[in-house]
Amino acid sequence: MIHSLFLINASGDIFLEKHWKSVVSRSVCDYFFEAQERATEPENVPPVIPTPHHYLISVLRHRIYFVAVIQSEVPPLFVIEFLHRVVDTFQDYFGVCTEAAIKDNVVVVYELLEEMLDNGFPLATESNILKELIKPPTILRTMVNTITGSTNVGEQLPTGQLSVVPWRRTGVKYTNNEAYFDVVEEIDAIIDKSGSTITAEIQGVIDACVKLTGMPDLTLSFMNPRLLDDVSFHPCVRFKRWEAERILSFIPPDGNFRLLSYHVSSQNLVAIPVYVKHNITFREGSSQGRFDLTLGPKQTMGKAVESVLVSSQLPRGVLNANLNPSQGTYTFDPVTKLLTWDVGKINPQKLPSLKGTMNLQAGASKPDENPTINIQFKIQQMAISGTQLHTHPHTLQLQSQSSSSQLTTA
Amino acid sequence: MSTTALYNDQQGGAEAAVEAGQESTATSSSSGAAFGLFSTDFKKNEDLKEMLESNKESLKLEAMKRIVQLISKGKNASDLFPAVVKNVASKNIELKKLVYVYLVRYAEEQQDLALLSISTFQRALKDPNQFIRASALRVLSSIRVPIIVPIMMLAIKEAASDLSPYVRKTSAHAIQKLYSLDADQKEQLIEVIEKLLKDKSTLVAGSVVMAFEEVCPDRIDLIHRNYRKLCNLLVDVEEWGQVVIINMLTRYARTQFTSPWKEDGIFDENEKAFYDSDSEEKQGQREAKPYIMDPDHRLLLRNTKPLLQSRNTAVVMAVAQLYWHLAPKHEVSIVTKSLVRLLRSHREVQYVVLQNIATMSIQRKGMFEPYMKSFYVRSTDATHIKTLKLEILTNLANEANISTILREFQTYVKSQDKAFAAATIQAIGRCATNISEVTDTCLNGLVLLLSNRDETVVAESVVVIKKLLQTQPTQHSDIIKHMAKLFDNITVPMARASILWLMGEYCERVPKIAPDVLRKMAKTFTAEEDIVKLQTVNLAAKLYLTNSKQTKLLTQYILNLGKYDQNYDIRDRTRFIRQLIVPSEKSGALNKYARRILLASKPAPVLESAFKDRDRFQLGTLSHSLNIKTTGYQELSDWPAVAPDPSVRNVEVIEPVQEWAPSLGKAKKPKSDDKFYSDDEEKDEEGSGSGSEDSSSSSSSGSSEESGSESEEESSRDLEKTSSDSEKSSSGSEASSSESESQQKEKKRAKKVTPRKSKQTAADSGSDENGNGPLGKTSSSSAESSSSEESDSSEDSDSDSPAPQKKTVGKTKPKVEVKSKKEVSLLDLDDFSPAPPSAPKSSVFSSSLLSDLEGLSLSNVSSAMQVTTSSFGPVKTYELLHHMTGKGLSAKYHFPRQPCLYQPSMVAVQVILTNSSDHSLEEIHIGDRSPASLNVHCFNTVERLEPGASVSVSMGIDFSDSTQAANFQLCTKEDQFSVSIQPAVGELVMPSTMKEPDFCSEQRKLMGMNETSATIAMATANTSKQNISKQVLSVANVGVVSSDQNNLQRFAGRTVSSGALVLVTLELRESSTALLTINTEKTVMASMLLRDLKQALYQA
Repeated sequence: MIHSLFLINASGDIFLEKHWKSVVSRSVCDYFFEAQERATEPENVPPVIPTPHHYLISVLRHRIYFVAVIQSEVPPLFVIEFLHRVVDTFQDYFGVCTEAAIKDNVVVVYELLEEMLDNGFPLATESNILKELIKPPTILRTMVNTITGSTNVGEQLPTGQLSVVPWRRTGVKYTNNEAYFDVVEEIDAIIDKSGSTITAEIQGVIDACVKLTGMPDLTLSFMNPRLLDDVSFHPCVRFKRWEAERILSFIPPDGNFRLLSYHVSSQNLVAIPVYVKHNITFREGSSQGRFDLTLGPKQTMGKAVESVLVSSQLPRGVLNANLNPSQGTYTFDPVTKLLTWDVGKINPQKLPSLKGTMNLQAGASKPDENPTINIQFKIQQMAISGTQLHTHPHTLQLQSQSSSSQLTTA
Repeated sequence: MSTTALYNDQQGGAEAAVEAGQESTATSSSSGAAFGLFSTDFKKNEDLKEMLESNKESLKLEAMKRIVQLISKGKNASDLFPAVVKNVASKNIELKKLVYVYLVRYAEEQQDLALLSISTFQRALKDPNQFIRASALRVLSSIRVPIIVPIMMLAIKEAASDLSPYVRKTSAHAIQKLYSLDADQKEQLIEVIEKLLKDKSTLVAGSVVMAFEEVCPDRIDLIHRNYRKLCNLLVDVEEWGQVVIINMLTRYARTQFTSPWKEDGIFDENEKAFYDSDSEEKQGQREAKPYIMDPDHRLLLRNTKPLLQSRNTAVVMAVAQLYWHLAPKHEVSIVTKSLVRLLRSHREVQYVVLQNIATMSIQRKGMFEPYMKSFYVRSTDATHIKTLKLEILTNLANEANISTILREFQTYVKSQDKAFAAATIQAIGRCATNISEVTDTCLNGLVLLLSNRDETVVAESVVVIKKLLQTQPTQHSDIIKHMAKLFDNITVPMARASILWLMGEYCERVPKIAPDVLRKMAKTFTAEEDIVKLQTVNLAAKLYLTNSKQTKLLTQYILNLGKYDQNYDIRDRTRFIRQLIVPSEKSGALNKYARRILLASKPAPVLESAFKDRDRFQLGTLSHSLNIKTTGYQELSDWPAVAPDPSVRNVEVIEPVQEWAPSLGKAKKPKSDDKFYSDDEEKDEEGSGSGSEDSSSSSSSGSSEESGSESEEESSRDLEKTSSDSEKSSSGSEASSSESESQQKEKKRAKKVTPRKSKQTAADSGSDENGNGPLGKTSSSSAESSSSEESDSSEDSDSDSPAPQKKTVGKTKPKVEVKSKKEVSLLDLDDFSPAPPSAPKSSVFSSSLLSDLEGLSLSNVSSAMQVTTSSFGPVKTYELLHHMTGKGLSAKYHFPRQPCLYQPSMVAVQVILTNSSDHSLEEIHIGDRSPASLNVHCFNTVERLEPGASVSVSMGIDFSDSTQAANFQLCTKEDQFSVSIQPAVGELVMPSTMKEPDFCSEQRKLMGMNETSATIAMATANTSKQNISKQVLSVANVGVVSSDQNNLQRFAGRTVSSGALVLVTLELRESSTALLTINTEKTVMASMLLRDLKQALYQA
């Protein structure tokens, strides 16, 4: 299966390599660099690249390429999924997954990779098990370790690997037992220039943070389970209960995890909570263009629209933009022609707007396309699909429950 | 990991270390010399060596950490081997782990020194702790030193029979490592694999199948006996193992089962809608070509289906490809939704999934058409994602949606990503050729694009127009003229070449322009690209043949230029053309045919998907993704014409008992899984059985009408079978499925003989009807049937494995059996209304028959609990559609509180349609419904409703035990009205009669969170028993439980959809208050029911 792994940073340096079978020379990455050169954007590097003797499967996250070397037939998604799992684990361990973080913790990284794969086949990928084997580095522990010479490697044996609930640590104990569930929903919508929705779909996840003693068995039910069109679960959720009764029944892992993600079909009409009034024009013959953008909330059920971020890829002919935001700040990158406007919160009484002029390159003709505008925003305490949870603590009393939601429009 | 082991043999370890140390002095000096060249490296490593040899743990650890850093950067640290290997027996876990990392990395290069560490591992292999054994085996097998192959072999064999499944798992991994080290060990390793394949642990399954795939993927015979076990364990295997197992089973199934596609081969496209709307048709088809799916084949499909909901995208994809390659065509579409869900995942995942969807969408448009919008391109997508989406959209295009797609394409053409815009133009071209209705529109659109400012867009348009014109032999001289005008402004060589080619090909249609273009070309010939030059020569030749008067000189000039061109292709071409067209004494017969050669009508290029040929690879594989055959790719074989002997998968009767044994020891989840599945399996088999049997059952009914003797024969056969059934009943599900198989064989032998249990009841009822008609059953026949039922039920409950309400299941079973028996007889008599095979207990009642049944079951079966139909209380009618809004059509509905005819999980709804307009209404039927997943049995279309007339129709709705409204459209010939039925919570329940003790015992099981209670105030008029029950029954469709306690009133029911018990207790207190308690698993329902009851009791 997975032969070797190379981590390559944005400037094309291999800064980490790990081999699970015999050593593969790092020159194999040359094929990757070739493909990278051909691709105009970093995202455009094809995920699967054939070379004469090997196959390279790569993922790009946090501006680091994780390149796995494969020698024979294996489902590409298998490798891709695993690589993403590696990134998630790094993020879980170090908080961020950057080149610096990986270099600083190279020993832990190596230990993790050693545990995650055996001979190229995934061995332990559950974060609960890994944390039992290798403790995540904290500042305090690093200090203690350097002084006392004790280790990051767990003293106990990974009993979780043997149990039928491999995702849960054994012997969990808390004085305060609590469980939190976050419902996060994202709307993904394409809206045409006249403002009508072309397609919109809702993707939701329920993230949980469960800190409960022992082996709690929880059930969770929805007010309106039929809303959920398509669901995927953490392995702890019992498929059968869901199929039969639309109830989530599970023994949760300890700590943070994603309980389920769901999809609300695009057949249902989705109310987009913001609108954009735009007027972006270029006059023929003149080297000036007008830019006028106003945002406003709609159907937010009284909730505030926050962290609004507008970005737009302006046409190549635009030299610079001279704009005046009514609130927030804007930046225009003259190289990438990317305009970003950090709006902040939308005040329904005084709608944020961005107005001004754009200067075109002298002699450049009028761009024939209108730029697309991407808007990202968040609304707390609102689930756009109407998803609601009931909680039924089975063995324990849940202390509190919080819910927040977030929307993103692209 | 293996530290603790080594605590025990510290001494041995120390000895080894000393040895290693002595050795190291000699080698280190030599290696030091070797590396002396790199003096800095040498020095640095020297100080590491010192640290490693010190006595301080912390120093050693620090040194190892730095060494690991070196390794991670790909720097050579092999000269430190002797110093490092000494620490292999260290006490410090982390230190030891790092030493392992080092060892595995460099052992290959320092084989002799590596041997020093072996003894440590050999000792650890015997450690009492399973983790230490496993870790020792893991490192030992990772050291790629050929000398230790025998030691590894021995260790693997030993570990394969270890008591701990974790060690066995590690040994499965070690098999692959040893195999890659020394392929000569194959035979011995296969033996170990065979042994491990028999393992019942979910931990081992994935790893051993992986080893199987690596070592001996062709030894399919090893799988036979483990096939069913693997299918059943699949849900509980860890996700990575699932992927490997599913892929292996796909290959296996293709060699072992016959194709399920034959029957519906004709309906390759749009099969889904077809089957959904008209399952009766399907029935007819089955009769024509009987295909019976092997139960093992079905088992695989059924057990993989829930994995579509895995969070692991690789698992979802694996299941999708399994369905694609194995499932009957009409079942494949269940994977669509999950695949579309994956599109929300990471970019790389999207890429692979889209590739697979692209291949699928070529063959099966219908699967993805409803999700077309999910493939709309977003501005943030990467280019390769965009191109793939485009590909899929083009594949999905048909007459109905082409306008939407083209509108979308128009936006894409304007994209700033020019590569993508060019791909869009290609896609438009493909749409234009595939769908003749829009060819002209597309062509016009493309011509407009010719005036686009962007060069690549124009060039691509020219190329596509060229192809389109070629496929369209009609007059398009306008377009050609237009292109000739643009010619001066186009600089992209490919586009210029395309225009020139068009000019030449259609020079007779543009007789004035073509020579002029040639003239221009003659001027710039030397500056053109090669491809343009070639086409210029072509154009010249063609013009010379058609219009030699005007172009003779020009042609000669160009041919002369070409003759001295730098490029030999052009020189060659020029010479060839000159010989061909210019008549001379040397040129022979060819000259005569020059015209026919050059101006032959050319076949139009076929614009087809780049994914056209990808279906030769198994979906989801690396080969498919790259469209090349990768090393180690296992070809998916074609279906065998005749299925190999299915009995090879049979396992001895004792086997399944063992198989379930470990799962009993497991925690709750897997156990209930198994239960669910074996249970489900049983039911499903019944369902599917009844589906496939319909043909024979109808034939049996036909025969039973005329011959009593045959039915007698059948029943006697049944008796035999019954006894054999009961003998086997203890053998669990495994046995029962194998049994069904043998029965299936029997069926093949004699078609009319009933193959399954449910059939046997069918035959019984057939004989009953034959003798006595449905109303009066002789006691003997019913006794017989009940005896067979009992054996059935005992078998069922055995294989069903004890559910929490096992007792009730057992008790209700006879009743259910009676129903299903009735069902089959009904099938014979009434017009056939098919129950979908997925419905577990498909039962069809008519109310009159039902009452008979009730009498029957009450007299014969000593059951304590039944679902009954007894319901009284006022029937509330709700308005569905007012005649004002319905343009004269009004509709009212009520819940008749009868078991639904169509499916037991549906709630029966009676709808009264009235025509209050002055004209007759035609074709009243049900249209679209939402949510789309809503399971509704529609009433038959009312062809005509005269003014003033009203008609009562019944429909069934599966509310899934929720009070969410069912929305659908009520359509007449002209109009559509959106209506919705919102059930009161009480209507989602069916009454269930039970005796008081049963009630109490059930209630005890439903305590805790399953109990909802409240103290309620009662209207004074309400306190009498009759009044209370009247009020309760008006709210909820429950049955009264007779009780001798005066202050207690009990009611019992089951939810319609899932059959969960709903128990209502009302305890009267003083001063018109009462304690109302509802026990049910459906807590949401409970609280709603409580609210409704409270209100009802308070009001009246």
